[in-house]
Amino acid sequence: MDNVGMVLVALIAGALRVSTPFLFVSLGECLTEKSGRINLGNEGALVLGAMTGYAASYETGSAWIGVLAALVAGGGLGLLHGLVCSLARVNDVAMGIAVMLAGTGIAFFFGKPYIQPSAPQLPVIPLGFWSDAPQIRSALDVSPLFFIGLLVAFVMTWAFKNTRTGLVVRIVGDSSDAAKAMGLPIDRVRVIATTIGSALAGVGGSFLSLSYPGSWNEGLSSGQGLVAVALVVFARWNPLACAAAALLFGAAGALGPSLQTVGITQGYYLFYAAPYALTLLIMILTVAPGRVLRGMPGELSLTR
Amino acid sequence: MTIAMSSEAASKATAQPKQPAGDWGYPFRRLLEQLLVPVAALLIAATGFAIFLVFLGTSPLDFASLVWRGAFGSWFSFQNTLQRAAPLLLTALCVALPAQLGLVVIGGEGAVVLGGLAAAVIGASLSALFPPLVILAMAVSGALVGAFWIGLTGWLRAYRGINETIASLLLAYIALAVFNHLVEGPLRDPASLNKPSTLPIGEANMLGSLPGMNIHPGLVLGLVACIGFWIVIQRTSFGFAWRVTGGNLRTALLQGLPANRLIVIACALGGACAGLAGMIEVAAVHGSANASLAAGYGYAGILIAFLARQSPLGAIPMAILLGGISAAGGLVQRRLGLPDATVLVLQGFIFVSILASETIYGRFRWFQPRGTA
Amino acid sequence: MRDQHLVSRRTLLQGMAAGTAVATTGLGTSRPAFAKDLVVGFIYVGPKDDYGYNQAHAEGATIIKKIPGVTVLEEEKVPETLDVQKTMESMIELDGASLIFPTSFGYFDPHMLKVAAKYPDVQFRHCGGLWTEGKHPKNTGSYFGYIGRAQYLSGIVAAHTSKTKKLGFIAAKPIPQVLINVNSFALGAKSVDPTITTQVIFTGDWSLPVKEAEATNSLADQGVDVITCHVDGPKVIMETAERRGIFCTGYHADQSKLAPKGYLTGAEWNWSKVYEAFVTEAQAGKPLPNFVRGGLSDGFVKTSAYGPAVSEEARKQADSVKAEMIKSPDYAVFKGPLKSNIGKEVIPAGKSYPETAIELESTDYLVEGIIGAIG
Repeated sequence: MDNVGMVLVALIAGALRVSTPFLFVSLGECLTEKSGRINLGNEGALVLGAMTGYAASYETGSAWIGVLAALVAGGGLGLLHGLVCSLARVNDVAMGIAVMLAGTGIAFFFGKPYIQPSAPQLPVIPLGFWSDAPQIRSALDVSPLFFIGLLVAFVMTWAFKNTRTGLVVRIVGDSSDAAKAMGLPIDRVRVIATTIGSALAGVGGSFLSLSYPGSWNEGLSSGQGLVAVALVVFARWNPLACAAAALLFGAAGALGPSLQTVGITQGYYLFYAAPYALTLLIMILTVAPGRVLRGMPGELSLTR
Repeated sequence: MTIAMSSEAASKATAQPKQPAGDWGYPFRRLLEQLLVPVAALLIAATGFAIFLVFLGTSPLDFASLVWRGAFGSWFSFQNTLQRAAPLLLTALCVALPAQLGLVVIGGEGAVVLGGLAAAVIGASLSALFPPLVILAMAVSGALVGAFWIGLTGWLRAYRGINETIASLLLAYIALAVFNHLVEGPLRDPASLNKPSTLPIGEANMLGSLPGMNIHPGLVLGLVACIGFWIVIQRTSFGFAWRVTGGNLRTALLQGLPANRLIVIACALGGACAGLAGMIEVAAVHGSANASLAAGYGYAGILIAFLARQSPLGAIPMAILLGGISAAGGLVQRRLGLPDATVLVLQGFIFVSILASETIYGRFRWFQPRGTA
Repeated sequence: MRDQHLVSRRTLLQGMAAGTAVATTGLGTSRPAFAKDLVVGFIYVGPKDDYGYNQAHAEGATIIKKIPGVTVLEEEKVPETLDVQKTMESMIELDGASLIFPTSFGYFDPHMLKVAAKYPDVQFRHCGGLWTEGKHPKNTGSYFGYIGRAQYLSGIVAAHTSKTKKLGFIAAKPIPQVLINVNSFALGAKSVDPTITTQVIFTGDWSLPVKEAEATNSLADQGVDVITCHVDGPKVIMETAERRGIFCTGYHADQSKLAPKGYLTGAEWNWSKVYEAFVTEAQAGKPLPNFVRGGLSDGFVKTSAYGPAVSEEARKQADSVKAEMIKSPDYAVFKGPLKSNIGKEVIPAGKSYPETAIELESTDYLVEGIIGAIG
């Protein structure tokens, strides 16, 4: 294989491997933001989910129970954020950072005994069975969580457009005045959206510990939960675009190592920053002063 | 319109209830409210954490006495606390100043590392000059680079309509990458073999300790900056213009205030503070710029600023609180055998509790203005 | 450091330990009497159970804990900032520590030097080989291990095991200590088969699990079938290699449990030996040496037991080279003429550098046969 082909395969493989946590956290963040709140605490939910998932998988011997545990742990953290932010005058950005700290703190605290043991991992779907090339086979060993994430993206897109629930979330997120006039339970909708959003982030965390890289330690997350906030803006609050953006971020993350393997070694720090620079650039190119971002929830404190 | 502030931010910045004539006690009651609410929140957090400890089989009393000993109990411990608080005062300003205009900037870490890098490079290249001059040049360059970096966020916000929270976060990631690239690449001191650093600024140019203390002058700088900006915001027409703009953009424009320029200035001033924090780390601690500069002070500053309700003055006790907890962290690890994350959990409890307590303000009528206003 | 001597003393002291324990319970003191004990502080930069750098030191500390009359203080995840200065001071001021081991490389300058100047009665020994006579305070010192030879042995085993003749090395940063390891590994492999290549990837930092996994995968995609590393916690790399069905050699600590099939051997630290020697001398009231260093032949460094995939031939060659290394302290992995991978002559013909050679401390090249660059 020539170098370009090599890098391309590595990028696709990297995208499939690295994108799943981005996918879940950004979908969770997207749902939360659609309801008019922002939750930076999803980083904490991700880390807590990774730890809980790993611990539960180790204790019960079933990785899927681990995923479930991560869902519950993430959701719990989201519930805390949702409820506290429902109190008047509580700032959701700051609370998110506090929740992030609490989540990672609890995860590190209870995660100490699980750094050493190896927990059962999630199975993979060998989509590359048709190929003889080991690179392609391994690149196409895709985690079922990736497909579940894609499914969630489709369901969310459809639900926002076609269901009453989706409409309620959107109205609550776009204008609390309109929601009030319609007698919608604003706080309850937001609490539920935040809880589900964080639960998704928790599942994203369980992917880190139970699939790829598939191990629990304290440096596991390199801020995927925070980056997801940028990713959602990048994706214009559209769940399907979130999936595409997650793949793009995953590929960008794989760019550094794979370029080094073909001999491009200068400035790898700069390659690693590529996704962030790209997001900023696209924001600069597509956002114009005086124009509201398409898809942006009107109630979002972040975007005003 | 470029900027539209939330009604909540508006009410927060301008809704200082008018003081009815004759209610001379109101300023005191308001002060009391501002003191009592966080203290009550702290107590609630402490209770919650105590329950957590009891579940783990650790005595909360042992824990509390160790925290006291490690953070405040002796002159040594208190200096430890103050020293840890020092950089956080400046990074908190990086959040609190733009917040006066209703902006949420969370990328201070980027300004810290780039400010520190600029200071280190300038310091090393001028190192033969008269030391106070070198220090001054370092401070100016650190502040300027920090101001540029966060000012860029403000500019993107004011003139391009890009959300400042996300822009500053992305810029922080980019800043770290640029910093690492430069420190380990073009700006690396060839003699810094196993710990890539820039050229040393030289022993003569290092800031010593404050006289009679084991604390570097960054503490004084932080305190002066906090108090100074508090006075600017509360007492000058410039600060008033900020508050008006932060409260309501329409009013600001009607008053003929250059809102966009004010945004850039507020962000740049905040960034200058964070850049100075980086410069202090170089001049007082490391002597050169290396990866240790990215120690998370920028992120801790966000919490301090919010805990202080964006008041530069309030940042002082909150930074001391956070400094004290981390100062005590080591003792807790060593004496009780608890993991290092214990301190993170405690911080989580305290921050959630204090931030939630925001909702209490104004709920009790006793603290409110009286009379028939 | 005489091995037998230490062991015998330890067994003796262990016997006394039981007696002391009974005595203290008898007196009803629940807390160890810090004042009477020798209080030793260990400071780690990361979590002490990271299967890597910090764990290797913490394992040493665990052995020290068993010595009677010694109280061990440990603090983990202490950043290389003012925090570590404060941690050292706090260990001294509040817990009466008289011997401190700051184990991370970055703790030395300025942090340890500054605190050491303030507390001349307290002894500091830093892991990293930076102490220089006359330049640094008398109450400080360095201990340092040469692990390059162990990496060379790993390279030999890797070369025998590899079918594709492509090896991979995942490294954090291109600093001399790392480059010596990369070069040693590649030279070991080339001593078996001169055509073998070693691909190196720098992740940029000491602990980045996702990037390390990604690097492992992209190496495996390239056809690399033996991987080793120099990062703080090799856990993720070993596990990912195992999942990819390729081989790996460990670093810092024994990681064979993480890759039961593919783990070949590994270069491990054996810090307990160093710590025991320092502590027993401190207890005896003797002055501590300022500079202690050693490698494979001094027992500072060891190799992991061979894994099931290691062939008889590989064992034989590695064992014989190891025996030779242990026998002669001047055994040189780096021998001229040696070219770097950009064709520059780095060691002239006729010259050879044993592991203690000062020239190696400023290594800034990758030897011929390594794919990659110091970018």
